[in-house]
Amino acid sequence: MKKLLFVFATFSIFLASCGAPAPQDPAATEAAPPPATPSEARTLTVMTHDSFNASEGVIQEFELANNATVTILESGDAGAALNKAILAKDAPLADVFYGVDNSFLSRALDADIFDSYASPLTANIPDEFQLDLKNRALPVDYGDVCINYAKSFFSKNDLPLPASLDDLKKPEYKDMLVVENPATSSPGLAFLLATIAQYGDPGYLDYWAALRQNGVVVVDGWETAYYTNFSGSSGHGPQPMVVSYASSPAAEVVFATSPLEDAPTGSITAPGTCFRQIEFAGILKGTPNRDLAEKFIDFMLDVQFQEDMPLNMFVYPVNSQAALPEVFVQYAQVAQSPAAAPNNLDAMRDTWIEAWTQTVLR
Amino acid sequence: MTISRLLIWLAPLAFLGLFFFYPFARILALGLDFTSLRAGFFAETLRVLGFTFFQAALSTLLTLLIGLPLAYVFARYDFPGKAFFRILTAVPFMLPTVVVAAGFNALLGPRGWVNILLTDASAPPVAFVGTLWAILAAHVFYNTTIVIRLVGNAWATMDTRLTDAARSLGASPLQTLWRVTLPLLRPSILASSLLVFLFDFTSYGVILLLGGPKFVTLEVQIYIQALHMLNLPAASLLSVIQLLCTLVFSTLYSRYVTRAIAPLKPRAAWANLRSPKQWLEKVYVATMLTVLMAFFALPLLALPVRSVARLEAERTQPVVNAPGLTSAYYTELFVNRRGSLFHVPPAQAAANSLTYAVLTVLFSLLMGFPAATALARPGKFEKWLDPFLMLPLGASAVTLGLGYIITFNRPLPLLGDICSLLGENCTRNTLLTSPLLIPIAHTTIALPFVIRNLQTALSTIPQRYREAAAVLGASRWQAWRAVDWPIISRATVSAGAFAFTVSLGEFGAASLLARPEYPTLPTAIFRFLSQPGALNYGQAMAMATLLMLFAGLGIFLIEKLRLPGTGEF
Repeated sequence: MKKLLFVFATFSIFLASCGAPAPQDPAATEAAPPPATPSEARTLTVMTHDSFNASEGVIQEFELANNATVTILESGDAGAALNKAILAKDAPLADVFYGVDNSFLSRALDADIFDSYASPLTANIPDEFQLDLKNRALPVDYGDVCINYAKSFFSKNDLPLPASLDDLKKPEYKDMLVVENPATSSPGLAFLLATIAQYGDPGYLDYWAALRQNGVVVVDGWETAYYTNFSGSSGHGPQPMVVSYASSPAAEVVFATSPLEDAPTGSITAPGTCFRQIEFAGILKGTPNRDLAEKFIDFMLDVQFQEDMPLNMFVYPVNSQAALPEVFVQYAQVAQSPAAAPNNLDAMRDTWIEAWTQTVLR
Repeated sequence: MTISRLLIWLAPLAFLGLFFFYPFARILALGLDFTSLRAGFFAETLRVLGFTFFQAALSTLLTLLIGLPLAYVFARYDFPGKAFFRILTAVPFMLPTVVVAAGFNALLGPRGWVNILLTDASAPPVAFVGTLWAILAAHVFYNTTIVIRLVGNAWATMDTRLTDAARSLGASPLQTLWRVTLPLLRPSILASSLLVFLFDFTSYGVILLLGGPKFVTLEVQIYIQALHMLNLPAASLLSVIQLLCTLVFSTLYSRYVTRAIAPLKPRAAWANLRSPKQWLEKVYVATMLTVLMAFFALPLLALPVRSVARLEAERTQPVVNAPGLTSAYYTELFVNRRGSLFHVPPAQAAANSLTYAVLTVLFSLLMGFPAATALARPGKFEKWLDPFLMLPLGASAVTLGLGYIITFNRPLPLLGDICSLLGENCTRNTLLTSPLLIPIAHTTIALPFVIRNLQTALSTIPQRYREAAAVLGASRWQAWRAVDWPIISRATVSAGAFAFTVSLGEFGAASLLARPEYPTLPTAIFRFLSQPGALNYGQAMAMATLLMLFAGLGIFLIEKLRLPGTGEF
């Protein structure tokens, strides 16, 4: 017994010592490390949500050009990351924050966590995306939250696609839709806002009561809804319709392990059924690396990063000079007249979410 | 209070004060403005509180229902493979909720084994995940081991002469059970029920991952209000309510634990064991073991099986393509395949977890020993302090994590100066970015276990033995070495193994505080489970299997070094 103990203790100490967490330089894990320069490299910390993704080569180019190391701090989903940043605003956790979307923008601006920066590249961004005229939060990308459907299900059962939000109340679509909880999911909140834009307050509650009658399934987050409940994706779940992004069909084609002739899913893009989500980035107040942060914002708004985004995060670039990849042009859809965030969003967001919870979940 | 007592308490109290009470107080202070809460909030809170109590009470009842018969089997019978079955019931306790949820999902989820079999047989699928039953089942799965250990221990060391006397006086077995055995076991039953209730009351991952949005307990509500709605007054009020409830439970618990060690002369555990001889006994033991295997082994087995089975290679076709065994998921653990930035090889996460676990053991033993020594011979101060030491068990991991974020995001005083001397940019060198934060958070959570474990062991060292050694001529040091040290050393390793496994499986605090460059096993599993594709799922299963193996090893050590007759908690 003592021998076993000794062996275990030695083994775990050995493992611990050779596995001691060395901060992996993210940019250098697979590529050659950047050539040693005489002056020291500065570190830029970018706080994002968990869905942030970028090609290593693209970020590395920024690092080489500016003699810097970029650390991406993933901090939960969109709402959670923003709330952490707001809580820590006296001693900010990062230099740049990316990932606040238009449904949370007012919260970020009211909390006053960003410093204004009038990037010269905003000239290439259409006006519809520039929601903050003081340039504290700069638009980086947009995507449409729409209902995705599994093509095979609808063709096999000879079912017409729902042409509007109203159609989802019909009995032929019973038990077919899975949505996310707006309290914990940003696409869920986006879809709720679309219904509010369509039916008004309190009309939207009647709509949701009807959906509940029609067997709508609610889950906590987008991953669960899309990869577990949705029948058109890898989970082969029970529901053939899910609230997701209009670019998700393109993702299905990109990640398919064998080449596909057509996207297996599609989006319903009828007027009023989608919500346009715009994502912003900003320089956090109190950062010691202001100049580097400005350069990073410029880099994010510039063509190279903007063209890299679609295949990594499946969002559309705001820079009108950025070209879309082929698979996007073919399979990703754009919503017709999507809903936008209402004016009284910040004051009413919590009330709406709680009323929705009472109507649908209780 | 003597000076030596004060000194003994200095380290543990300073640690808990700095790393538990202070961050908690800071986050609560941010939300003191209760007037901003809407009227509807209080009604909703009452509803949530009611549901929390309801599901905790129901879960505890079911746990007792399954745990008591199993406790009897382990206490009274000896059979081949007994050690293995004991470990089997204990492994779930150490697993993070992510893994347990994945296991249940793999077994009973919409695409789990059971539903695949049912759809093949053209039967309607079973809806399990997302119902109250999933929550109850997971709670029973987690906590049965507590009942088995606490009650089983008491049952095993019970003096059988009382029951023999009752039988000889003409009582039927049922009467004996009801009037002699159960009253004797009442302290341990109550102690285990309270502990199980506390865990179910503060349960978070299970409700969130297996219950879904329909079920909201206090902890889940805190999570939503603090992290998503940023409604700090609501989150603070709820955290305070939760703390008060925990305080009540832990006061009740510490009062009963002192009575859990029966006042009668305990028998050695092995003296009450025998192999099942009668036909009825054999049937009983066999049935119980089958229930045990079905309930505990099946969800756990789903994980290693999915880690070596290639079921669905194609994402877009519903047909299974080339099913077979593969070790690809394990070899993949050492590769950082993603071309993007912040993914370290998953094997690194395993190494990180082990390092954190070792550090947690060191810290918690350092803090726990003085506290346990003082508590073994409690004075008035200790009696008053006792319930507060259990608070970290019931405190909200979310609130604590947020408290850490706002408290420790300042440069450490000495480190900052050294850093600027070296001419580097040091504003990011705070405790929050340091890899030490996770072991510290884990120590805060493991400390109540470690203290309890050490305390009960230390209090069993009979003073008479020390006196006998002194009478026989041993010096104080020799007496300590001969009497105290054997017991202490075993208890130390046992408590240390406890802290090791708690740290390995901790997920709540780690998910809030872990930096992407230092992931832990549970957070890495969670990340891989959120990504699509068979490769990511397989890697998550492989890591979960590794976690199970490490936890099993730790529990095996606890078993081997457990002192017979002492309590676990």
